Amino acid sequence: MVNLIWVAMFIIGIVYAAFHGTMEDVSEALFQSAEDALALSLSLMSVLIFWLGMMNIAKHANILTFLANVFRPLVVKLFPEIPPNHRAFGYILANMIANIFGLGSAATPMGLKAMQEMKTLQKSNVASRSMITFLALNTSGLTIIPTKVIAIRMKYDAVAATDIVITTIIATLVSTVCALMFDRLFHFYDTRKKG
Amino acid sequence: MQIMTTVSAFLLPCLIALILCIATLKKLPTYELFVEGGKEGIDMSFSLLPFLLGMIVAIRVLRSSGALDAFIHLLTPILTFLGIPPEIIPLAIIRPLSGTAALGMTAELTEQFGPDSFIGRLAATMQGSTDTTLYILTIYFGAVGVKKMRYALKVGLLADLAGIITSILIVKLIFT
Repeated sequence: MVNLIWVAMFIIGIVYAAFHGTMEDVSEALFQSAEDALALSLSLMSVLIFWLGMMNIAKHANILTFLANVFRPLVVKLFPEIPPNHRAFGYILANMIANIFGLGSAATPMGLKAMQEMKTLQKSNVASRSMITFLALNTSGLTIIPTKVIAIRMKYDAVAATDIVITTIIATLVSTVCALMFDRLFHFYDTRKKG
Repeated sequence: MQIMTTVSAFLLPCLIALILCIATLKKLPTYELFVEGGKEGIDMSFSLLPFLLGMIVAIRVLRSSGALDAFIHLLTPILTFLGIPPEIIPLAIIRPLSGTAALGMTAELTEQFGPDSFIGRLAATMQGSTDTTLYILTIYFGAVGVKKMRYALKVGLLADLAGIITSILIVKLIFT
C-alpha cells in the first residue's frame, strides 16, 4: 500500500511536470531534498539521544514499573476476558507505559509478548476481543512526549518547540477514548449478531 | 490560552527534574545510565534516515512539479467549507499507513509553512497524537499468526479519524 503511494507520488509529479514546464524545479528538488532529509535526521538524533538517555535512567529507577502498578487496576477493567492475575497484564502495561513516554522501540517487543500471552488464551487464529482492545490502545497512540515531532520543530526554529505538547496530549486522549468506545461498540454489535 | 502554552513549557523540564531526583535518591549512576541509553538514539536515527529521505524526496517532487498544489486547489472549496485546511489532507491520508512517511510529511509541512503557523502546529499535533494503525495491526497480528482481524481495522481507522478531527479543533481553539 505504502509502496504504491510512494511510486505514485514520483510518477504523478514527474508526469505533471512534463506537461507544465516545471521539470527543472523537479530535478533540483530531487537532490536538494535528499540533503535536507539528512540534516533533519541529524537533528532527530540529538533529541532521541537525549530522551532515550533520560528514559534509561527512569527505567533503572523503577519509575516505569511504579507507573505500571498505578495503572494496573484500570487496565484490568479494560480486558474482562483475561484473568486478573494473568501474566499478559505485565506486558500490556509495560507496552502502554513505553508508548506513553515515546519509547517506540521498547514498546514493540513488550507488545508482541502481550499478544503471545493473549494468543495462549485464545487458541485459534481469530483475533480475540482482548487482542483487539489492546491494539486499539496501540493504534490510537497514547503519548505524552512526542519526541520526534519536537525535534522537527526545533530544527525549523519554532519559537516554542514544545508548545504542541498540550494539544497532542488532548488529541491523543480523545482518540484513545474514541478507540475504546468503538472497540466496545463493535464488540457488542458482533455478539448480538451471533445471537 | 496562554496558560496552556505555559503548561506545555513546564511539563518536559519538570518531568526531567523528577526523574533525575528520584534516580539520585536511589543512588543510581545517572550520568552513566544516560550515556548508555543515549547510544540507542544513534541507532534509531540512523535507521530512520532512509525512510525519511525516501518520503521527503517523493513529496518534494510532487510539490515542485505543481501537482500537489493543483490537487489541493481542487479540494479547497469543500474543505474550507468544513473548516479543514486543505494542505493537511496528504498527511491525514498517509498517517494511518506509514509512520515514517508521515514524519517526513510533517517535516515538509513544518518547513514550508513554518513551525509556528497553524498548519505547522496542526501537522505536529496530528503526527504526535496517533500511531500507525496499519503497521501495528500487520506487525502484531502477523507475529502471533492471527489470520482474522475481525473489527480491529475498523476500530483503528475510526479512532484515527477522531484523532484528526480533534487535532484540528484543539489546535484552532488553543492557538488562534
